[in-house]
Amino acid sequence: MAGINLHSGTAVPLDIANVDTDQIIPKQFLTAVTRKGYGKHLFHDWRYLDLHEQEPNPDFALNKPEYKNASILLTRQNFGCGSSREHAPWSLADYGFSAVIAPSFADIFYANSVNNQFLPICLTNAEVDALFAAVKADPQTQIDLNLTEQSVSCDGQTYHFDIDPVHKNAMIKGLDAIGLTLELDSHIGAYESKMPAWIA
Amino acid sequence: MAKSLFDKVWDAHLVHHDGDDCLIYIDRHLIHEVTTPQAFSGLKEKNRKVRRPDKTFATMDHSISTRSLAIDACGPTNALQLRTLAENCQENGIEIYPVGHQKQGIIHVIAPELGLILPGMTVVCGDSHTATHGAFGALAFGIGTSQVEHVFASQTLKQGKSKSMKVQVDGKLGLGVTAKDIILAIIGKIGHAGATAHVIEYCGSAIEALTMEERMTICNMTIEAGAKAGLIAPDQNTIDYLQGREKAPTGADWDAAVAYWQTLKSDEGAHFDTEVSLKAEDIKPQVTWGTNPGQVVAVDELVPTPESMPNDVEKTSCINALKYMDLKAGQKLSDISVNNVFIGSCTNSRIEDLRAAAKVAGLGHVAAGVTAIVVPGSGQVKLQAEAEGLDKIFIDAGFEWRLPGCSMCLGMNDDILQPGDRCASTSNRNFEGRQGRGARTHLVSPAMAAAAAIHGRFVDVRQLGEA
Repeated sequence: MAGINLHSGTAVPLDIANVDTDQIIPKQFLTAVTRKGYGKHLFHDWRYLDLHEQEPNPDFALNKPEYKNASILLTRQNFGCGSSREHAPWSLADYGFSAVIAPSFADIFYANSVNNQFLPICLTNAEVDALFAAVKADPQTQIDLNLTEQSVSCDGQTYHFDIDPVHKNAMIKGLDAIGLTLELDSHIGAYESKMPAWIA
Repeated sequence: MAKSLFDKVWDAHLVHHDGDDCLIYIDRHLIHEVTTPQAFSGLKEKNRKVRRPDKTFATMDHSISTRSLAIDACGPTNALQLRTLAENCQENGIEIYPVGHQKQGIIHVIAPELGLILPGMTVVCGDSHTATHGAFGALAFGIGTSQVEHVFASQTLKQGKSKSMKVQVDGKLGLGVTAKDIILAIIGKIGHAGATAHVIEYCGSAIEALTMEERMTICNMTIEAGAKAGLIAPDQNTIDYLQGREKAPTGADWDAAVAYWQTLKSDEGAHFDTEVSLKAEDIKPQVTWGTNPGQVVAVDELVPTPESMPNDVEKTSCINALKYMDLKAGQKLSDISVNNVFIGSCTNSRIEDLRAAAKVAGLGHVAAGVTAIVVPGSGQVKLQAEAEGLDKIFIDAGFEWRLPGCSMCLGMNDDILQPGDRCASTSNRNFEGRQGRGARTHLVSPAMAAAAAIHGRFVDVRQLGEA
């Protein structure tokens, strides 16, 4: 999988806390057996006024013309809470987002994002507030993401974000996590040979 | 150094570690139709195999009909997903409990029933409610599809160790107050994201007094507080539940297992990053009013005001939730009427849940204008309930008696609500649109759900006497 390191783009402000995975991608779209094609259903209930996705909701941030080409999602705390569906980062990436910035994320969503080279960036509440203000004042505000430097730059300000070094390395290099684990096969075999009979 | 239960299970599963980057072994991999097809196709693309099909168990639960055993009853897309699971299991030698199998059911109901979940195990599934199995003192958590593929290929997962939280509930529950009310009260107290990045250990005399099924209800909703997993130390209840189950160990293996399980408790003085405590006597029957499980109050309280929220973000969430739920701040819960009732889901569809609901259902008849369905968690639960005559009580009271599955908890089948419908539900999530676009969900215990069905509005089960 291709890695991600640098990304520059504009952001769309989704000013809602606790956005859950049922909102990101509702259940009726989970019946597919592929990883692709979920972008058009992203935020279905909020984004469309009808069930057939013919009538965009003009009040929803993603549908506003000024945010049409945004490639970064800016949102609030506990983003991605709820189910374990990996369809959530699949649909965000398929829509055209490269990263999501929020003050906090649900654990499973965060892990799923990392595993798809979809960058979840955690900033403080104050920093996220500043980004919301900048993006609302000027939707064309350019935001520069740098994973190596662990930085978000916008309007002459640079914010630092934390990320697990293992996640960072895997995302930059687009590493095959399974392939890396399988290199430890002898350790797995050794562990299995020592398991007690009741659990082996 | 004193170790917590979580430390003990974690340490016993470390295959390899490089600093904080740990590779842990997975003892049980539970799978279902929704989150696995892409993982199987990923394996195929890389010419990889399922390393331990003998540790992998499948069922069909999310996208199946609860009215018909026909695999295509919910349309061709659902059917393709179900058939794909069956084919993938066959190709890889994985045991499957398909639609129509007597032991089929919701994965988190059938796995314990079969005796697949043992104390001290690590258990994963592409489903956030995998936390259920922490009731056995197993470290159990939900994973995404990439991780499902990782477990298929290696029987391991790369993980950083979570922080730990102790949630202690002491005392004696009042009449009519259930495990569901305990966990909703906990989530109400710590918040919908209050345990993010933590593994919770539930302890205290009120937890020790719970049956295994009640403990499963508690651990099931751990994810609704944001936690990775929830654990309860195994005890005699756990051992008694497991003994003689189909997949549980026997003979000398059983004895060795029991001896080990008895060491699975937190040592005196074990460290927890966070500690929370509740008094069982303070917990009343709970009803959610909002659009996340942390937005909950006791049945005798009022719908809260935005002004009472602790910060601006919660205040905005409250305003949005009241609007979506079509409720007014300060409204009495008993003034809220419902037109749907759902009794089921991996939270509350086991035999004890159905007994509690039937006891209330038997007191009356479903109110005019209310549709109420009962969806047993598994084929085994259904059989047991029918042997006890519970199905008859429900049907006579005007409830529909359905086939096992996830059903209206998330509505991946045709059990979905219409815009504006209001449902008293024994499930685990009251998110916007969860049970159908524009539909409104209130999470409650099985007895509270049955009472709402009969009265057409929320009532306090404690006032029904018998219940």
